[in-house]
Amino acid sequence: MRRLLAVLFAMTLALMPSVTHAVQPDEIMADPAQEARARNLSRELRCMVCQNQSIDDSDAPLARDLRLLVRERIAAGLTDQQVMDFLVARYGEFVLLKPRVEGQTLMLWLIPPLVLFGGGIALWLGNRRRRERVAGGEVTALTLTPEEEARIEKLIAAEEPQKKPV
Amino acid sequence: MIAEAGHFALVLALALALIQSVVPVIGARLRDPALMNVARSTALVQFVFTAFSFAALTWLHVTSDFSVVNVYENSHSLKPMLYKITGVWGNHEGSMLLWVLILALFGAMVAAFGNNLPRSLRAHVLAAQAWVGTAFYLFILATSNPFLRIANPPIEGRDLNPILQDIGLAIHPPMLYLGYVGFSISFSFAVAALIEGRIDAAWARWVRPWTLMAWIFLTLGIAMGSYWAYYELGWGGWWFWDPVENASLMPWLAGTALLHSAVVMEKREALKVWTILLAILTFSLSLLGTFLVRSGVLTSVHTFASDPTRGVFILLILCLFIGGSLSLYAWRATALKQGGLFAPISREGALVLNNLLLTTACATVFVGTLYPLALEVLTGEKISVGAPFFNLTFAPLFLPLLIAVPFGTQLAWKRGDLLGAAQRLTAAGIVSLVTIAVLWALVHGGGTFAPLMIGVAAFVILGALTDLIDRAQLFRAPLATSYSRARGLPRSIWGAAFAHAGLGIALIGIVCETTWNSENISTMRPKDVVTVGGYQVRLDDVTQQQGPNYREAVTHFTVMLDGKTIGAMAPSKRSFSTRGMSTSEAALLTRGVSQLYISLGDSSADGSVAVRIYHKPMVLLIWLGPVLMALGGFLSLTDRRLRARAPKPAKAAKTSGALQAAE
Repeated sequence: MRRLLAVLFAMTLALMPSVTHAVQPDEIMADPAQEARARNLSRELRCMVCQNQSIDDSDAPLARDLRLLVRERIAAGLTDQQVMDFLVARYGEFVLLKPRVEGQTLMLWLIPPLVLFGGGIALWLGNRRRRERVAGGEVTALTLTPEEEARIEKLIAAEEPQKKPV
Repeated sequence: MIAEAGHFALVLALALALIQSVVPVIGARLRDPALMNVARSTALVQFVFTAFSFAALTWLHVTSDFSVVNVYENSHSLKPMLYKITGVWGNHEGSMLLWVLILALFGAMVAAFGNNLPRSLRAHVLAAQAWVGTAFYLFILATSNPFLRIANPPIEGRDLNPILQDIGLAIHPPMLYLGYVGFSISFSFAVAALIEGRIDAAWARWVRPWTLMAWIFLTLGIAMGSYWAYYELGWGGWWFWDPVENASLMPWLAGTALLHSAVVMEKREALKVWTILLAILTFSLSLLGTFLVRSGVLTSVHTFASDPTRGVFILLILCLFIGGSLSLYAWRATALKQGGLFAPISREGALVLNNLLLTTACATVFVGTLYPLALEVLTGEKISVGAPFFNLTFAPLFLPLLIAVPFGTQLAWKRGDLLGAAQRLTAAGIVSLVTIAVLWALVHGGGTFAPLMIGVAAFVILGALTDLIDRAQLFRAPLATSYSRARGLPRSIWGAAFAHAGLGIALIGIVCETTWNSENISTMRPKDVVTVGGYQVRLDDVTQQQGPNYREAVTHFTVMLDGKTIGAMAPSKRSFSTRGMSTSEAALLTRGVSQLYISLGDSSADGSVAVRIYHKPMVLLIWLGPVLMALGGFLSLTDRRLRARAPKPAKAAKTSGALQAAE
C-alpha cells in the first residue's frame, strides 16, 4: 500500500522514478564493518528529493551522491556522529529521518510519553474518585428498575436447569 | 450517454442523501414512524444509484471510452482487462467514487439488516450516515467529477501507471476502503447515541459487528498493501512508516482499541463515554487519512497551497465532522450514565490498559505524521520524521501490550487475581523462556533483542492456546468432555485466541526478517553464482519478451541447495512505452514461510547486470499473522451473540447460558 497513492501524486508531478535499486554494487566498501556502518547511517538519512525515502532505499541520483559521501567520510575515519553532524551542517535538519531533540522538535518527542503518563494518571484519578463516590454512598453501582429485576429473576429461573458446572 | 447517466445517478444519490439527512431526524423528533422509515428506503435506493454510477465508470474504462477525461488519463486500449477494471479506482476521481459507493453500501446494509434496532436509533444512524454521504457526494460533483468529457476525444489513452498494474492493487484499495469507510457506521451509531442521549449494553452489541467487519477489512487491506509493496517496489521492504501507510494504521489502532472497549461496554456497561469517543475518533482518523492522501498535502505543503480546491474541500469536511461530532460529544456525553465498577486488576482493567497503550501508539503515529506538516506551516522549518523515529517510539509501546495480552485474557471480570493468572500461564511462560534461551545459545550471543522478542511472541501465542485449553479443560477432563466443551465455546472466544495468536505470529515474522535477513548486492554475468542464506543462485541467461502493453527483459536464475537444483527464478524489467516508464518485477521463491527475493538493477553494455538477492527468513509470517487476526475477527463475527437479531427474552436467556458456560 505504501505509495499506492503517493505514487499517484508523483505521477501527476512527473517525478516518477523508475523502480530499480538503491545501493549499487560499485558503491560497496571493501571493509564489511565500514559498509555495515554506512548502511546503518544511510537508513537514518533522508533522500531529500524523494517522499519519505531513506537514501538506503532510494535510487535517485542525489541519494547515490549522499551514499557515496557517507562512505567517503567513513573511509576518512570519521565517527558515525561526525558523519551525521557533517551532513546536517551541509543539508540541514531535514536530512535526518529521526529528528534530534531540540526546541522545535520538543513536542514531537514529548507528546507520546505525555499521552501515556497523562492517560495513566487520569485513569488512576478517575478510578479513585469513583471509588470514593461509591464509598460515600453517592452512587450505587448501576441500579435496576423493579421490572428489570423481575425480568432477570425470570431469566435466571429459566436458565437454572441447563446451567453447566464451571 | 453512459457517462452522463452515471453523472446523473450520482446527482440523484446526492438528492436522496439530502432527504435522508433531514427527514428521519424530523421523524424521530415527531415520533412519526413513517418519516423515520424514509431513511430505510433512501439508504437502499441511494446505494442503487451510487452502484449504477460506479458501474457506468467501470463500463467506460472497460470499453476504453477516451472521450472521458478520467479514462483517457488512466487507461489504454491495450491494457489487460483486469487492469482496465482496477484502473477505475487507481486514480483520484475513481477512488473517491469507490469511497462513496462503500459508504452507501454500509448505509444500505444497516437499512436492510438493522431490523433489530429501535426505530429512532436506526433513523438517527442512517441520518448521520447521510450527512457524511452528502459531504462526499458534493466533493465529487464539485471538485472531482470522474465523468467529465473531452471536446475532441483523443484516439489513445495515457495508460495507468505501470506500478499500479498489479493484482495487489486490484484488491488492496477496496479492502482498505471497506475498512476505512466501514468505521463510518460506528461513528454514526455514536452520533445517534449522543443525539438520543441513551446508550446501554445493547448499543455496544449492535455496533460491535459493524466495527468488527470494518476492522477485518482494514486488517486485510493493510496486510495486502504491505505485501504489494514488498514484491512490487523491488527492495523487499514491507513497512515504511510512510504517511500514506500511517494514514491507514491510525484508524486501525483506534479501531482495535474500540473493539476492545466495546467488549467492556457490552459485558459490564462500563467505559461508555470512552467507547463513544473512540468511535468518533476512529472515523475521524479515517477522514484524516482521506484528507492526507487525497489533498496532496503530503507531497508538499506548497502543492497543497497552489491547487487548494480539493484539499480545502476535504479539510472543510474534516473540520465539520470532527468538530461537529466532538462538540456534540462535549455537550451530551456527561448526560450518559456511567456504570460497572471494577478493580484495576480485572478483565476490564486489562482492557483499559490495552486502550491506553493503543491510544498512545495511535497518538505517536499521529504526531509523527503531522508534526513536520504543522512545523512547516507554522515556522517554515522543514524536518523529516521517518522510520527510525517510529521504530524507536512505537516498539516500546507495543512490547508491554503484547506481554499484557495473555494476562488480560486470564483475568476475571470485575476483580481479577493476577497471581492466579500467572499460575495458569506458568507453562506458557516456561516454554517462552526456554525458547529465548535456546535461540540465544543458537545465535552465539549475537544480540539479545531478537531472542527476547521471539520469546514474547511465543508467550502471546501460547497464552492464547492456554486460554483455549483452560476453557476446554483439556488434560483435566476426559478427552470427549474437552472436545464437546471446546465446541461449545462461544465463537468470540475462539476469535480472540486466533487474533491474539496472529499478533504473536506476525511479531515472529517481523523479528526474524529484520534480524536475520541476508542480502547480496553484486554485478552478475551469465554462469556467475552467488551464495545467499545458504542457497547458491546462478544467473543463466537473459531473454526478451513482449507483454500486452510492455516489453520485458527476463533474467533467468537457478537456485541450488547443496548442489541440488530446487527451483528457478525469473525477475524482469518491463518498459512501458506509453508512459516511457520501466518497472522492475521481483522474483520470489517460497521455501516454507521463508522466501528468496531477487530484484534487478541496471544492466551494462557488457552483458552484466546489477542484482540484489535477499534471503528473508520467516517473512511470510508477517502477513500470515494479520490473516489469522482477520480470521479471528470473522469467527467472532459469526458468534451467535452478535447474530442474535433482537434482544428478546428467549434469546437473551440462551446468551447468558453461553456466557456462564464460558466464564
